[in-house]
Amino acid sequence: MDVHLIVNGERAHVDVEPRRTLADALREDLGLTGTHLGCEHGVCGACTVLVDGAPARACLMFAVQADGAEVTTVEGLQDGDGALHPLQEAFVAHHGLQCGFCTPGMLMTAAHLLDTHPGADRETIRAEMAGNICRCTGYQGIVDAVEAAGNARDTPA
Amino acid sequence: MKCAPFDYVRPAGVGEVVTTLRQAGGDGKILAGGQSLVPVMAMRMARPSVLVDVNRVPGLSSVETDGDAVRVGALARHALLQAQPDHPLLAEAASWIGHTAIRTRGTTGGSLAHADPSAELPVVAVATGATVSVAGPDGVRELDAAELFTGMMTTSLADDEMITSVRFPRPSRWGFAEFARRHGDFALVTAVVTEFGDELRVTLGGVSAAPMRAHAAEEVLAGGGSARDAARAASEEIEPTADLHGSVPFRRAMAAEMVRRALVRTGVEE
Repeated sequence: MDVHLIVNGERAHVDVEPRRTLADALREDLGLTGTHLGCEHGVCGACTVLVDGAPARACLMFAVQADGAEVTTVEGLQDGDGALHPLQEAFVAHHGLQCGFCTPGMLMTAAHLLDTHPGADRETIRAEMAGNICRCTGYQGIVDAVEAAGNARDTPA
Repeated sequence: MKCAPFDYVRPAGVGEVVTTLRQAGGDGKILAGGQSLVPVMAMRMARPSVLVDVNRVPGLSSVETDGDAVRVGALARHALLQAQPDHPLLAEAASWIGHTAIRTRGTTGGSLAHADPSAELPVVAVATGATVSVAGPDGVRELDAAELFTGMMTTSLADDEMITSVRFPRPSRWGFAEFARRHGDFALVTAVVTEFGDELRVTLGGVSAAPMRAHAAEEVLAGGGSARDAARAASEEIEPTADLHGSVPFRRAMAAEMVRRALVRTGVEE
């Protein structure tokens, strides 16, 4: 089936079987391998992307359902000249990743979190990030990174 | 972990949904939020031959006050229930469902039709005496939530029927308590207390195949009993089963504690 969507601000088209998940369409058909697939049944959060601005598990949506939607993946976080997003910088600075497999989902969840909960405290960050599983960091560094990025955003230089 | 092939249909109206389901002859499934259906399809525990995507059916996504109740469209997402101010019990219950990325997709109609014994909204539906509107080949029928749930993930819906909206009456007082291993996990026990008129209802989720009223606990309350007495009665009348998440005594103890908390939050003397 033909699916027309906007991915990271650019028009995209894929021709896929109905059973193709959005995650597989992004990775296999559009070459955007930043979106990772862990469990493929909606538990680990690694495949989280933004669909029309709201976080969604890309493994629990079929690509055909995204026809006409705007999708943002981790590739869409950095700005035009390739500079990392402040959240990505904070993950680097605060040891928010080790192997990096969960990171794309963490970043997309955190990006939405900072948009919807300005000034989020650590308790809120932990609650909102609870749907993303990390097996390396023990989460402290991730919470530190999201908190630091939120603080940096709330106090413009 | 990839779904088996299926035909995909995206109807523009409820009538077309029903017709498509009827033509599928029992082998069609409605795709709403997909947060429960797609995982079981990925694990090949479900292999519908036709998927009927109702996400673009108009007019099913609103939450509106309707007299002393709130009418929720079948496609209203959990995130919307969580944010709406008109039915605080529904908002509280929705906040316990999964995680943000689940709540942005999962729907009210889908949660009721899936009828997971650990899910929050079926418990609230029974606790408030909700009325479920169901479209089928012969038009729309209404049934009580208690008649909808017939067993473990089983409802009285026919293969060619679709929930279109749910009317949740507003209790005068209420209390909600849930225990899960981690926030966002499926509940081991959910207790909802609702007051309508002089009647206090105690409804439990996670302890039986379908949401159940704890009638013994309600009788204790009607007789002027304390929250602790009612909690003990509830823990004795349930028949939980043991699994890797907990033994029978543990589940009884958790049920008692959740009932106690929900009653205290309602304002019942401890």
